[in-house]
Amino acid sequence: MSATRRLRLLLVPAGLFVLAIYAWPTLLLLRNAFNEVGPTGALVAAWSLKTAADTFADGFTFELTWNSIWLSLVATAIALALAYPLSLFLFRTTSRWRGVLAVIAILPMLISGVVRVFGWLAILGDRGLVNGLLQWLGLISAPLKLVFNWTGVTIGLAESIMPYMILALLAGFGQLDRTLEEASRSLGASPFRTFLRVTLPLSLPAIVLAAGLGFVLSMSAYITPKLLGGGRVFVLATEIFEQATTNTNWPAAAVLALYTLVLLLVLLAFSNLLARRLRR
Amino acid sequence: MNGAGPVLSGIAALVYALILAPIVVVFTLAFSADNFILFPPSGYSLRWFQALAGNAPLLSALGLSVQVASVVTLCSLLVGVPAALALAKGEFRGKDALTGFFLAPLLLPTLITGLALLLFFTPLRLTATLPGLVLGHMTVTVPFVIRMMATALANLPHDIEAAAATLGATPWRVVRRVTLPLAAPGLIACACLSFLLSFDETVISLFIAGPRASTLPVEMVRYVEGRTDPLIAALSVVLIIATLIVVVAVERLVGVARAVGR
Repeated sequence: MSATRRLRLLLVPAGLFVLAIYAWPTLLLLRNAFNEVGPTGALVAAWSLKTAADTFADGFTFELTWNSIWLSLVATAIALALAYPLSLFLFRTTSRWRGVLAVIAILPMLISGVVRVFGWLAILGDRGLVNGLLQWLGLISAPLKLVFNWTGVTIGLAESIMPYMILALLAGFGQLDRTLEEASRSLGASPFRTFLRVTLPLSLPAIVLAAGLGFVLSMSAYITPKLLGGGRVFVLATEIFEQATTNTNWPAAAVLALYTLVLLLVLLAFSNLLARRLRR
Repeated sequence: MNGAGPVLSGIAALVYALILAPIVVVFTLAFSADNFILFPPSGYSLRWFQALAGNAPLLSALGLSVQVASVVTLCSLLVGVPAALALAKGEFRGKDALTGFFLAPLLLPTLITGLALLLFFTPLRLTATLPGLVLGHMTVTVPFVIRMMATALANLPHDIEAAAATLGATPWRVVRRVTLPLAAPGLIACACLSFLLSFDETVISLFIAGPRASTLPVEMVRYVEGRTDPLIAALSVVLIIATLIVVVAVERLVGVARAVGR
């Protein structure tokens, strides 16, 4: 047996694992989208489009779609507005603390999502940091409703996707040619004008890719909408989980999951295409 | 034009404050003496740490999580490292396609993977069992191990292995006596990160964990859904400190090992 042949044998356990525990369940998910649920709630094996037809005939599906897209757009925009200057700072700083600062920037990635959500409950809750501060300053008399609604979910989601966007932006900034900025400055442009006319256009592909990533992560996030939404925020992700577990309506969950996946793929294709166009 | 400039640094400082705010608040709240989430707390105490030590469901969930993460780490390395070795050292047709296939599970959101695993495991009675949770977590950790170790192994100095082979070592002996010892720091770091990935995995666990077998993140989600008191903050402090110790230990270990290797 040749060395290459033997080397290839090493791939077998991982190959079998991915086939059995990933590829096969994913095919099962696809198959389940064609099943039906009988009037008693029992699962009926079938090859029909009835579940899909029912799902898309339901106005709630479009409300969920709109909710998911709108929430993801706003969260991504907020996260980008914060992640961009931070990434640019990390890219430019010559501080010897740069390594530590970079780790702190992506720290939330290393901390459990449930812990971060709990932190936001303490900051935004009725008796939390923000309401306490505003009442102490006498700006409000009754606490503002900042959690268990869209506001809380948007803030929590923006924070949770930021580390990933920072990494994407930093990777993109690697292609920024500093000599162009220096040329602009030496030709008399102000720092702000240099940023607007040179830095920003040059980093546009990185921005598009980071925004695409943030959007995809927001659309598929479950913990943040569930816990910070307090059962009042309905998005595709929460509905998929609800249908699969509480309602045990697997065909409906499968249809919604595949539908979400198609939305994400379309968006990813679009953002990759846009980034490639911009890079030219 | 060097450095970041005062305007950019100022904005960055504000963003850092936002990033650190939830963590700082959780640390403060863990030492609260109040019955509910009140910030700033009206008094400080260790009562929530004492409550944590007496909370049986959370402690048993912690035990299960440690158990699952240990088995997941061991199995992921056993399955993933050989594949990474083949991908890093082998020259064969379809290698790129194969790499894509192995890393595919990282592309789908865990929400979709979790649902697919629920549909697959339920008829097999694997939901809410240790093997079920382990296999579920491995859909995340195996591709992660393959990606990390394939890069690490490909970056190893080629000439030492070549020298060993020239001196008559069999390929298996080269792997055992040269490649793996050289890759040891990377392996240790990879094992620690796999452990953390499994320990923190929430969404897949929520799909396949039942009331009989819930991991710590699942139990924490249930707790936060039900009530809001500082108990979870105390637990969070313990978890964050444990995570930091692991991260620093890896950094030290890998750093020291690399220094010795040079």
